[in-house]
Amino acid sequence: MDFNDTAEEATFRTEAHSWLSANAEVLGPNEVGRNALSEMNLSDEDIAEAKAWQKTKADAGWACITWPKEYGGRGATPMQNVIWKQEEAKFKTPPDIFTIGVGMCGPTVLTHGTPEQQQKWIPKLLSGEEVWCQLFSEPSAGSDLAGLRTTAVADGEDWIVNGQKIWTSGAHLSDWGILVTRHDATAAKHAGLTYFVLDMHAPGVEIRPITQINGGQGFCEVFFTDVRIPDAHRIDAIGNGWRVAITTLMNERASIGAAGGDKLIDDFVEFAQETPLNGGRAIDDAGVRQRIAEFYARSKGVEYTGHRTLTALSRGGIPGPEASLGKLIGGALMQEMSRFAMDIQGQSGAMMESGADKFQSTYLGIPGLRIAGGTDEVLRNIISERVLGLPPETRLDKNVAFKDVPTGPPSK
Amino acid sequence: MNFDFSEDQKLLQQTARDYLDEHSPLSVCREVLESDAPYSKELWNGAAELGWLGAAIPEEYGGAGFGYLELVLIAEEIGRSLAPIPFGSTVYVATEALLAAGSDAQKQTYLPRIASGDAVGTFAFTEGPGQNDVEAVSTTFKDGKLEGTKIPVLDGEAADFAIVAANSAAGLTLVLADLHGQGVTREAIESIDPARPLAKLTFDGAAAETLGTAGEGSALASTLLDRAAVLTAFEQLGAATATFESTKEFTLGRYAFGRPVASFQAIKHRLADLWCEIELARSNCFWAAWALENDDSELKLAACSARIQATTALDLASVEQIQMHGGVGYTWEYDCHLFYRRARLLAAVLGGKSAWSNRLVDRLDTAAA
Repeated sequence: MDFNDTAEEATFRTEAHSWLSANAEVLGPNEVGRNALSEMNLSDEDIAEAKAWQKTKADAGWACITWPKEYGGRGATPMQNVIWKQEEAKFKTPPDIFTIGVGMCGPTVLTHGTPEQQQKWIPKLLSGEEVWCQLFSEPSAGSDLAGLRTTAVADGEDWIVNGQKIWTSGAHLSDWGILVTRHDATAAKHAGLTYFVLDMHAPGVEIRPITQINGGQGFCEVFFTDVRIPDAHRIDAIGNGWRVAITTLMNERASIGAAGGDKLIDDFVEFAQETPLNGGRAIDDAGVRQRIAEFYARSKGVEYTGHRTLTALSRGGIPGPEASLGKLIGGALMQEMSRFAMDIQGQSGAMMESGADKFQSTYLGIPGLRIAGGTDEVLRNIISERVLGLPPETRLDKNVAFKDVPTGPPSK
Repeated sequence: MNFDFSEDQKLLQQTARDYLDEHSPLSVCREVLESDAPYSKELWNGAAELGWLGAAIPEEYGGAGFGYLELVLIAEEIGRSLAPIPFGSTVYVATEALLAAGSDAQKQTYLPRIASGDAVGTFAFTEGPGQNDVEAVSTTFKDGKLEGTKIPVLDGEAADFAIVAANSAAGLTLVLADLHGQGVTREAIESIDPARPLAKLTFDGAAAETLGTAGEGSALASTLLDRAAVLTAFEQLGAATATFESTKEFTLGRYAFGRPVASFQAIKHRLADLWCEIELARSNCFWAAWALENDDSELKLAACSARIQATTALDLASVEQIQMHGGVGYTWEYDCHLFYRRARLLAAVLGGKSAWSNRLVDRLDTAAA
């Protein structure tokens, strides 16, 4: 039992680190890297820098390292991908706007696309010329993704798409999107779905950024009004949309493993040492001490569960459904830690002063984490069904034509 | 990254599990719980034969000379089977005390007898409710004689010797007392888990000898508590896992409203939450095991963290077990109460969660100052 790289991993880490050293500036001791998902709004300059960095990486074979060599990757293992991300995080790099394209869209096209489709899209995705997004969730299909209602109707060599997607991260920056539609509402729910690649600049595509609780605009609503998609942009067979979507979602999970350890607990301890409370420091208060201990044990539990996941990865496995624990526990924990910190601050807890609002901004940001990419409730279903083997939910929408599935209370 | 036990270590664990499945089913725990016997002698002898009692004892003292990564896995299995034997008292505390501070003569006297199953040891430090500070004792040690009362002492009736915290002229000191000698009175105290009995020990001029350096008992006790906490946390982890598994099986087999009870989200989601609590404990335990094996300075934090989360996990598991069983879970006949009792016994020994929380925050405060 140790935390060391294997000899091969160490060699790979050195190789990655030395390339990064030659091409980027290392972060200072108190500097943190930029994260496209948590940043409020990206400027045109940010986008240009992000594209340039992707291009630099692509030219050296470091852009999409888990992809096969013939597509510009280096056939890296999931563990090498983690090592690469750990090393890249030590350097000053622009916010990464390619995570969805590289982690989810590209692998899906590589798995299900035709050689022509791969030739058309993969090189520009790899080189950062084109940005991709994922058009999956809808106002009536979130956790119940297969309940989506955006329609695709065949019309000669084209399909005509109408409907709406929502929570689409980076849609406003994107050139292409992977899109799941319903081509047949008389088929059963999962059978009536077809998967496309959509040109985000096509006529009839309207993108409206959504303002989040915290004022950021990371995701969008996307409306389709008679949008034409050439049949050549259909991925896999008509009716195979769900199967392709599963590939996308599996890749989403595989790219989660790299999440770095959260250090909010360290900030909390420091905060409790510096903040006066009940005549002493907050950390001297008996009530605060009990909570710190609980927060610490849970934070370490999440951190070392991550190490166990990496160990499985290092031995050639892929992250299983048990990796859901980190988000389920970590999300609620960060929310509670930030809420409790604000409580300790007393009246000042209501202030949001720039540079001194770590807990306030965490508090405002966390609800999104507990919903995005699988809500807490969906994660509990995943853990109970796929990890623990408990019976699946009773379904009222199986073996029924999608059009006959209830969508609301019966009309009076 | 290699944050896992080796194949050999896992094999040892499987062997332990197989042995305990056969020789320590819950009926063995229940037998001790319902009788006056302080522990199962047969199981104790078996543990000695398998080398478990001397797992951490070097071969020169008759031990098996395993490492701590082996011992923690044995502890996990002991916990899993609710084995009714004085394993923790003897192996996690008494043995560790002798290894850490014993003179060669003391080691020669006790370690081979521990390894062979001929000596049961224990740790006598608390003297009353809420008192988990070793420093707060009123027992005295003067001219080789002990005066004072320790309550409760786990396995105090069965133990052949005890590590006792007492004040000497030099300050707090840990001493080694032969419990068969003159001036020692033992009185059984009813235990929340009668399969793991308690006693009151009264020392009235009982002979004892210093363990380690007189006046340095506080530091030594602190080290011992950390090490024992890691091993106990593994025992709690094993018990929590067994509790969880039996609850899961029950809810899968029990039908209501035409469905397995385990198919309701009211149950599924709680089992998912419980599984998470146990995995958080497991990950903390792995970290603490690594620190224990490598004598790493992180042990001071990891021991507390593992102890706290393992207590949380087993408490929740045993509460949910009864709740999810419904009425039968509250009967003497069903085994739920064996886990419910053991959960509290293990949470109490070495001091409760609030004491460990304080200990952890003291250390975080110092480390980050």
